[in-house]
Amino acid sequence: MAGQDLVLHEEEFNKIRDVITRLRSECNAKLIFLVDKNGQQIAASGELESIDTTALASLAAGNVAATDSLARLIGEKEFSILFHEGERDNLHISVVGGRVILVVIFDERSSLGLVRLRVKKGSNELATILDVMMKKSAMPRKAAAGGSPFAEITDEDIDKLFSD
Amino acid sequence: MTFINYAAREINCKIVYYGPGLGGKTTNIKYVYEKTNPNSKGKLISLATETDRTLFFDFLPLDLGEIRGFRTRFHLYTVPGQVFYDASRKLILKGVDGVVFVADSQAARMEANLESLRNLELNLKEQGYNLAAIPYVLQLNKRDLPSALPVEEMKKQLSRKGEPVFEAIASKGNGVFETLKTIAKMVLIELRKGR
Repeated sequence: MAGQDLVLHEEEFNKIRDVITRLRSECNAKLIFLVDKNGQQIAASGELESIDTTALASLAAGNVAATDSLARLIGEKEFSILFHEGERDNLHISVVGGRVILVVIFDERSSLGLVRLRVKKGSNELATILDVMMKKSAMPRKAAAGGSPFAEITDEDIDKLFSD
Repeated sequence: MTFINYAAREINCKIVYYGPGLGGKTTNIKYVYEKTNPNSKGKLISLATETDRTLFFDFLPLDLGEIRGFRTRFHLYTVPGQVFYDASRKLILKGVDGVVFVADSQAARMEANLESLRNLELNLKEQGYNLAAIPYVLQLNKRDLPSALPVEEMKKQLSRKGEPVFEAIASKGNGVFETLKTIAKMVLIELRKGR
């Protein structure tokens, strides 16, 4: 169902973080992050201070969405990899498990070949974790989280957000 | 599709401003950007043409504070209103949690409002959503223009399900935050229901 919420629990978050942290070191990359196809950032590893990751997540998702549509227009299923080459930094964008986007930012300390190779391997691991995450997301929230904190939200809680 | 991150204790929701070209969607979120505390907002991203028409989308992340220990973030998007950008509009609706329809009150734009509304219903359906079921607010913008149609007449033509309706002059900020607060509340109430 299109309205299915995406729920990320501590256990999967830690696993994802471990995989992308290791992947970053194997790729010799500056920054790696994982974004869902709707533009929400799931996890990140690396030199985050200098980059607006929220904007980057949204734009990466827009980029992938537009490219997917372009692929279908010319009769391709997808373009599995997007690569943007800059003067200093390069962006390698790939889709993992058909549902999330892996973005790798790297400079001259690494190479496209190395990034492609490592990303391919890391993607399989991530896909397995994401499968579990999706299954848990589809479960009723109470069962998955040991009680949903959101069922308890009061009108007052919501009004408080808009108090100023 | 709300993204609930238990690890970072964050809730992320997506709100899309929809409506005909030059109706004031971008003006709405620009006003929100200008009037929001710098600590509560991210960068406003506008993918626009040289003449400032929205080409792909505008994007504004907003941090509304904590609710039950979770940081509540809203991502506001606008779609390009011009008819021929339909492929882009479909992409932006993916994962939407709530929709604001920004209607242009000028009599001459009523046909464009209706066409855009039909387009919204169709595009939502294609993504597996139903306008009748998702949080939805109607904003009647440009109320200050002399050719603005009476509110009742606009409601009659544009209202789909007894949704909240707000009169607005987005360029001056009238009605902008009322609209945003209402849609945000509706999204959070939906979240409370769970699915």
